[in-house]
Order: sequence, then structure tokens, then C-alpha cells
Amino acid sequence: MPDTSRVGRRDFVKALGGGILVVVNLPMARALSPAEEMQRRQRGYPDDINAYVHIAEDGSVTLYSGKIEMGQGVMTSLAQEAAEELGVSLSGMRVVMGDTDSCPWDMGTFGSLTTRMFGPAVRKAAARARLVLTDLAADRLGVARESLTVEDGVVYVSGDRTRRVTYGELAMGEQILHEVDEEAVLRTVEEFTVMGQSPRRFDGIDKITGRAVYAGDIRRPGMLYARLLRPPAHGATLTQVDTAAAAAMPGITVVNEGGLVAVLAEDPERAARALSLVESEFSVVEAEADTESIFDHIVRVAPEPDTGEQEGDLEQGRRNSIRTFEATYYNGYVAHAPIEPHTAVAEIADGRATVWSSTQAPFSQQETIARAIGFAPDAVRVITPYVGGGFGGKVPGQQAVEAARLAQITGRPVQVAWTRAEEFFYDTFRPAAVIHVTSGIDLEGRIVLWDYHVYGAGSRGSDVFYDVPNRRVRVSGEWGRAPEGMHPFAVGAWRAPAANSNRFAAEQQIDMMAATADMDPLQFRLRNTKDPRMIAVLEAVGEAAGWDPAVAPRRRGRGRGIACGIDAETYVALVAEVTADAMTGVVRVERVVCAQDMGLVVNPDGARMQMEGCIAMGLGYVLSEEIRFEGGRILDSNFDTYGLPRFSWMPEIETVLVQNDDLPPKGGGEPAIINMGAVVANAVFDATGTRVFRLPMTPENVRAAARD
Amino acid sequence: MPEIIRFTLNGAPVSLDTEASRTLLWVLRTDLALTGTKYGCGAGICGSCTVVVDGRAVRACQADLAFVNGKEVTTIEGLARNGELHPLQRAFHEHGGFQCGYCTPGAIMNAYALLRETPRPTRAQILEGMERNLCRCGAHQRIVRAIEEASHA
Repeated sequence: MPDTSRVGRRDFVKALGGGILVVVNLPMARALSPAEEMQRRQRGYPDDINAYVHIAEDGSVTLYSGKIEMGQGVMTSLAQEAAEELGVSLSGMRVVMGDTDSCPWDMGTFGSLTTRMFGPAVRKAAARARLVLTDLAADRLGVARESLTVEDGVVYVSGDRTRRVTYGELAMGEQILHEVDEEAVLRTVEEFTVMGQSPRRFDGIDKITGRAVYAGDIRRPGMLYARLLRPPAHGATLTQVDTAAAAAMPGITVVNEGGLVAVLAEDPERAARALSLVESEFSVVEAEADTESIFDHIVRVAPEPDTGEQEGDLEQGRRNSIRTFEATYYNGYVAHAPIEPHTAVAEIADGRATVWSSTQAPFSQQETIARAIGFAPDAVRVITPYVGGGFGGKVPGQQAVEAARLAQITGRPVQVAWTRAEEFFYDTFRPAAVIHVTSGIDLEGRIVLWDYHVYGAGSRGSDVFYDVPNRRVRVSGEWGRAPEGMHPFAVGAWRAPAANSNRFAAEQQIDMMAATADMDPLQFRLRNTKDPRMIAVLEAVGEAAGWDPAVAPRRRGRGRGIACGIDAETYVALVAEVTADAMTGVVRVERVVCAQDMGLVVNPDGARMQMEGCIAMGLGYVLSEEIRFEGGRILDSNFDTYGLPRFSWMPEIETVLVQNDDLPPKGGGEPAIINMGAVVANAVFDATGTRVFRLPMTPENVRAAARD
Repeated sequence: MPEIIRFTLNGAPVSLDTEASRTLLWVLRTDLALTGTKYGCGAGICGSCTVVVDGRAVRACQADLAFVNGKEVTTIEGLARNGELHPLQRAFHEHGGFQCGYCTPGAIMNAYALLRETPRPTRAQILEGMERNLCRCGAHQRIVRAIEEASHA
């Protein structure tokens, strides 16, 4: 580690105004970072530190985290972890997140990693801080460390509460920087008083009063609102532009530089009017695929597959099957559609850029922005206010680069806030996917063959957790490195990327085999797995849902389905009850029960909120959401044609946390969404006898499936 | 053509010398520095810009200043009185009726207007009343419970 970073850290503790700063290493995070990310970190900024805990002279404790809060509740749960280990009450905690100047480097908030990867660092930092403080108290009180007790930020001599010193008193006049490499003893579940509880959220009061600040709420002196000229289609090139009429408007600044055509004003509406006066022509490339033809296109251009998993002998599997099943599953592109569009404010002064950005990845944005404006990374500060929903869509930071470039060109602070149409155009969609599955069962209803090929989506969620002796999983095209020409526009991580597509296929295939074997679908799953965690969530969801064994389909217009999976190391099983009519094609989800084993649960209510959110959001990709397009032209530009789930669609949602306290916390932001496609499709099959192989299950698609 | 626009905003008189055709959402967020009212779709579909005008829920992205001239406007910032949270705000907080919080001001203001009109709504009336407010995080079930609780406060 270069010395500069040590100096940087000492400066940092000085800037905090004294007190005690404890920093901790987390080698695991390094293993997770790609090489490129590793290189980015070699720039004087502390590169080996993942968590800071600062105890101020007034006794208040601040946790610094490079993670961001986009609704998932980690501001609260991370504070709980710190408070628990430090021995302070939650009310004395502050959390600073996503500020590249004051927070330790972080790769980004995605993959349901905060609690399972960053949480341990926070606990270690806080546990170590408690030791540091206890040692200081031992000196002060003239006793051994072992004879002290910590309670609510006060260190007592055990058995004599009059001999005491507070954390604030210990931090007074100190400027201590303590680095932690060693293991610290963490508190056990039995000792927990703050973890495992469900306190009101830290961000609650801000959010219910309108005081919560998002990137678009930042106001800087002299700030201009920018609107940018956009192409009509992806892949289009600007051939002609005339900004004279816009430039003639009073109070308008026009920029036309390096491919960036923008109009800026002190009033956002004026900027919008000026943009409407910009005359432009684009040459648009001919469409190669559209909403309907994309599936053939994806298979046609697919690269040679990666074989993720292979066991046994597929031919043997075929021979051992009394019945084989072959099916192809499809899903289109879907949008992240956070209600807050991508937004950033950039200000450049004295050779430093400050960018407030709605982002899931402030540190990678710092790099991207620095490159775009020719600054050194440490001359760029990215501050992440509250983020109004991300779901994987706010990892790229195009809007922040646009704001920074415009601030550089105009010399004024600039806000770039995408309109809803821009949000739909530049979103990095969940990729369309085609999944082909061949499977087989033997006489006892055991799966003996599984040949699985996914095109377009990627591998996550395609692992076989059933006991299948002869199996192969092939993946053609990962969302993160989509082959050139496969998708007509950018695709990206969409809440549990690839897993939604893969589970839709796999868990319907399982159901199909259960039905043919004349077996109850829950029993069939239990027969085909020995994984104790999977068995536990399946049994838990069955019990909570009041599942009576029956063979599907019952064709009563009402039906129920089951599906299960593993995501972010969390096990999840769902039961859905629907009413469905194959004649009208209308599907209504009446009830969803979800059981989840996510290891030790830091904040049970927060975990349930994520499960409920996954189920509610999942209804969209299951029932209505699909981006329609012709080549690079996106036909949906607002919520009038792109339908998000609404209040009247909501089923009764029940959540069950399967206790597994011996296992460290696992991911919670994504697992419950991965099975939504299959659990509803399986219920529709039970209700109607119709299998729906294509998402979304719009009335048209369900009617079409019923006709086939 | 600038003119004097007068209305009551969160209980206090406001006077603006500006064009009556300007959109309420942007005037609130810029001239009046009330950023709790959010832009979500700009087309009156998502409801995150909902404010209450003379007791009724209005999409601020679809209302101009001429419309509010002489009227009484309440935004999320005006809901708490004398430092006391409104029962709806307390209920949203208690039930966790939000995640990212971006649609929350609009959802609370829409619910506020709903309860003014129908103080004891049935669950079906709540669903119908909230139908045009979008929440992407999926806090719907908790929002409904929060409104039910506030209606009994």
C-alpha cells in the first residue's frame, strides 16, 4: 500500500474533528473484485479498507459505507450491525453512504451483497472499536479490560456502576486511527439486542416528510438544467443539427461539442421548450429484429455455448427415462423503471468536480466521470444522496457523465435529469431470452435427464439443485458481456439477472414432469432433492400455504402453483394462488406465500419488505411488462403503454423466514423475485390446464397458449 | 407574459410574478424550493408529483399556475403541523409503507385527499383510490395497511 493512502487516512481522521476512527480490512471483497476494479483502486485512496467506524467527542458513532441506500433498507440494517457490536444504542448511530471522499471504496450496491459481504466488515470494525474503547477505559479507570462491561456507549467496572466512562469522554481530545487486520470476537445470536430486531427505518422520517434529498433535489448557485438531443433509435447517427432557433431564446445556453448537443437554462421548462426548437436529422440503421422476431434472432446469432455444468451421460439419461419432455421458454426485454429517473448534478470548481448522482456504483462512476472530463479520479467526488430505486439499472452512469461534461463546457453547475422517455430509451434492459430444456423421468418419478440451454439471459439461476444424475447446462450469451449484435440496445443487470428467466423455464419444466408422473408438485420436488435447506423452505411454504397434495391440473378456474430456487445463497420457495380464464386470458394472482432461508436475519421486517417487494415487482414481468421495439427504436416511452403492477393487482402476500441462525446472513434483495414467473405459470396450469411458455402472461399470450 | 399569481401554499400566502402557463411541479421545485414533490413521468400517470389543491389530489406535472391561482395548495412539506406528523405520515412510518421513498410524498398526498373525501374507506375504496399511484419497490400492501390505520386514527 502506498504511503500516500496512510497520510490520506490520517488527514481524514483530522477532518472528522478528532475522536476515534477504526478501519477494517475485508480480504473477501478483493476476491470478488474483477482485476479491472482492482486497478482502479491503486490511486492513493485507501485501497484495502472496507469499513470505517468513527466515535466522535460527543459520543455519537458514524458508520461510513461505500454502499448506497435505494430503498433496500441497508442504512438501517448496517447501523444495527455496528450498534450491536459496538455496544451503543441505535439512536446514537449515524450512517454516511456512497460519498467517494469520506467512504471506503466499494464495488457497488448490487447482487444482494451488502448484508452478506459488507455486513461482516461492519461488524468487525465495530467489534474492534469496542475493544479499542474498552482498552482506553481500562487505562482511564485503572482496571483490567476483563473487568469492564459495555452498555449503551458507557463502559462500567463490572459490579460498580459508579466507576464509569462514556465513549464520548474516551474520544474527547483523541485523534486515534486504529487499523484492524485481526479477527475480533463477534457477539452471538444469544447476546443480540439490536440485531434481529426490526426498528423503524433510519430513512423513514426523511421519506415521509418530503425532506429526503435525491440527486434531483440538489440546488447549486447558478445551476443550469440541461436537456439533451437524443436519437430516435439506438444505433442512429446525427447527420444534421440546427440550434439557431433554440439559441435565439433568451436565457438559453446551447452546447454542441463532441457529440453532445444540449440546451441549458435556469428553468427546466424553458430548457425543454428550447430543445423542441432544435432541428435535427438522424440516419437510422435498418431494424434487424423486433419484439416478435427477437427470439429467432437471439438463437441465430448466439455464440458457442459455455457449458456451466455437466454430469453423467445424457444418452444414458434418455435411455433411463420412461418419458422425456422438451419445451422452449421465452421472455422479452423488461425495463427497470425506477420511479426516479437517472439524475445527476455536477459542479466543477478549483480543479475539482463534485457530482451528486442517483447511482448504485459511486466509485465506478468516479472513474468514468474522471475519464470523461480528463480529471484524475481523486479530483472527482461522487456523492450519492437517496436513490429512488435502482434494481440494477443504476449501475451505469451515463447521466452523471453528461452532467459533468456539460458543467465543464459551460462553467456552471448543471443538472441532467432524464425524462421518463429518456429513462425508457437508455435503460439497460433485462435481456430477452430463449431457453430450451429436455428432461426425463423414470418410473419412480425421479428426474434422470436434464439438458438445459439458455440463450441471451445468462447463467445465474440455471444451476441444477435437484438430484439429476445425467445433466448438462449450456449458456449462450451472458447479460454482462452480451455478444455484439445479439441485443439491439444495451442490456444489463435486472434484479437477480438471468435468474428470473432461468427459473421461469426450470420450475415449469419440473412441474410438467410432476403432472405427467401423476404426482403432487410439492411431493415431486421433495422426492428429487436431498438438500436440507431446500427441503426446509419447501416444507415451510407448503405448511404456511395450507398445501393439500393434489395432481395438477385440476382445471377449476382457480389454481395454485409452487416453485423454488437458490439466489444470493438464499433458499426460497413460493406458492401462488390464481384465478385464470383461458378464454379471456385474464390471470389474477390472489395470494402468494414465500418462505425463505437467508441464514441469520439482521432485520426481520426489512427482510420481509424485500420479499414483498420482490413479489410485487415480479408481478410486472409476469403479467404485463415487456419492452416493445423495432430494431433500435423503443416503442414504449412511458407508463401508459408499459404497465407496472398497480394496487388492485396485489395478492395477499405472506412471508415466512425459515430460521437458520447458525448460517451467516445471506442475500435478501433478489431471491424472492426469481420464481415469480414459474409459480404463477404453474398455478395457471393448475387452474386451466394451459401451459404458458412465454412471459409476460398478458391476456393475448395466455389466449394464444390456450389455442396451441 | 408575466403576471401576478397568488395562492395559498401550505397555509401561507404566495405571490409570484411569472408566467401563468408554467407548470406547478417545476415552480414548486425551483422557485419555491419545495423538492418533496417529485417528477416521475411528466404525464400524470405515476402520481409521484401529487399535491392537494382545494382538497383534491392533483398531478402537479399536469397543472399550470393559472389553475392554482386563488386556490389552496398543500404539498408533502405542509402535511405535518406544528412539528406534529400527520397520522398518515406516522402510519406510513410505522408500517414501512415505503422503500426508496421517491413515490412516497405523492402516495401520501393522494391518500390524504382520499381520506378527506372518504374518511373511513373500505379496502376496495383504498385500492381504487390509490390505483393511479405507481410504486416500483412494491410497498403496496403496507401502504394499504397504513392508510387503513390512519383512517381509524
